[in-house]
Amino acid sequence: MAITEREAQHLERTRALPGERVPDVIEFRGVSKRYDSGDTGLEQATFSIKRGEFVFLVGQTGSGKSTIMRLLIKELDPTAGIIRVAGRDLRDINSRKVPYYRRNLGVVFQDFKLLPNRTVHDNVAYALQVTGGGRKDIRAKVPDILRLTGLSTKLHNFPDQLSGGEQQRVSVARAFVNHPPLLLADEPTGNLDPETSIGIMQLLYRINRTGTTVVVATHDDQMVDRMRRRVIELSGGRVVRDEHQGRYAGRGDETTAEFGALMRGEPAPAPRRLTEPGDLFDDAFQDES
Amino acid sequence: MKVGFFVREALRSVNRNAVPSFAAIASVVVTVLVLGVFIPVVQATTGAANEVRGRVLVDVFLKTNAKDADVERVRRLLVDKTPHVGKVQYVSKQEAYQEEKRRNPEAYQLLGSNPLPDTFRVTPDKPGNALKLRDELSPVTASGARTAIDPAIGTVKNRKDETTKILTATRVVKLAMGSLAILLIVASLLLISNTIRLSLFSRRREVEVMKLVGATDWFIRWPFVIEGVVLGTLGGGLAIALLLVGKLALLDPLASDFALIAAPRTVSFVSLAALLLVASVVVSALGSGLSLRRFLKV
Repeated sequence: MAITEREAQHLERTRALPGERVPDVIEFRGVSKRYDSGDTGLEQATFSIKRGEFVFLVGQTGSGKSTIMRLLIKELDPTAGIIRVAGRDLRDINSRKVPYYRRNLGVVFQDFKLLPNRTVHDNVAYALQVTGGGRKDIRAKVPDILRLTGLSTKLHNFPDQLSGGEQQRVSVARAFVNHPPLLLADEPTGNLDPETSIGIMQLLYRINRTGTTVVVATHDDQMVDRMRRRVIELSGGRVVRDEHQGRYAGRGDETTAEFGALMRGEPAPAPRRLTEPGDLFDDAFQDES
Repeated sequence: MKVGFFVREALRSVNRNAVPSFAAIASVVVTVLVLGVFIPVVQATTGAANEVRGRVLVDVFLKTNAKDADVERVRRLLVDKTPHVGKVQYVSKQEAYQEEKRRNPEAYQLLGSNPLPDTFRVTPDKPGNALKLRDELSPVTASGARTAIDPAIGTVKNRKDETTKILTATRVVKLAMGSLAILLIVASLLLISNTIRLSLFSRRREVEVMKLVGATDWFIRWPFVIEGVVLGTLGGGLAIALLLVGKLALLDPLASDFALIAAPRTVSFVSLAALLLVASVVVSALGSGLSLRRFLKV
């Protein structure tokens, strides 16, 4: 079964429960983090992110964006407060269970964090091997995800033979190959030029359209302002702005091309409606060029 | 399936990290070579020292007019009632005379009669107890002279100076060899573990990434342990091959000429080789498995 079909079905399932109370994907309640050095990472942060949202975390360096990310992947533990992911208190996850918890997250970093000794294909396959995925599984999923991210021709290249944008695509592919319900991206475009950044953001948007919740930390607030998505702004470890809907409320149903245009600051192309949700992917694919 | 995956991962990283792998193999080769040469040397030296110590004796000379009954009584006294006695060997007048005559025929030709007494050669249970045994058999009396505990015993001698010299000399040799061996083993362990740690350090980012993708600790560790086994086997095997060549080319031709080399108490080459191979495999596998622990805390 192709990814597109699977994801479309998944999308249908999640949409079929409009009235039901689904636990928030991420819930922070009065979370503080103080580092041993005495620095404050986060101060009484409270917010929640619903399933399927596309959220930006903005703020200057040192404002606490990365702290939130590191708390979410349980690299750090908070000094106070409660973090829930999909209704589950992170304090209940002991260090033995952390690897299994992390398999439900896709994580993308500014510095890509690819395995330098493995080809593109093997880098993505590693995420499946970790979960015990066999050869069959890898053969079924990896080529698909690489096609989705536009890397089909770079299968056997090593990371140092790729451009920054391509490397970041590999890391997105790796993050998404398990189809995690939540994808975290910490400054995914920090090392990339503006046009490549837009490509990466489009890719993340496309992943969001499949129903995956996407949280992007960035310091590029100009880009964020243009995108009309939910923005959580941090300063000195505090949440200073949380524009839920209002002027940032995106329609949430732009095509990827429209999304890209938004990011470039161009007038949006004429909206096109698609008949099948499954076509979203193929459509998304075409505007790769 | 999973074992196959781990083995493939291990071989891949040996392949991809040729330089650190080579360094690890080289350090294993060097240490196994040194140990392989040194272990038999230590064994031969301590064996020789022990043999010399085994020659420490206490001679009990009976009076020349001792009767057979006296001899029997003294033998029982030595075997049953005296502490620190190991072995008792009886040399009769005639035997002693024959022996001496063979050694020095002219002198005994002149002598005509047999002036030698019956003798017991007593080996103490431990070489260090030789002097105590002497005190036991002829205690020092208040006047400072020695008196034998049995009227039939003439004198008790143990060549005191020689005995103390032998005892201290062999003790120094054994201590020196022992501490050298310990130093060498510690040095080998440090060398191997440092090499492994360096090669892991260059890959700590890789381990971090694996953890972030959701790999369990053992999923990351197994390939490293297997890699250690592979490197240990390669290095150990190479060193043993070199040792074998050295033994056949250098040692065996000399063995007939030097008593020390031919000392019977050294291990056989096969068991030495097996020991070294097992040690190098275990040390490198454990080394890479344990050194990894620090980088797994992500």
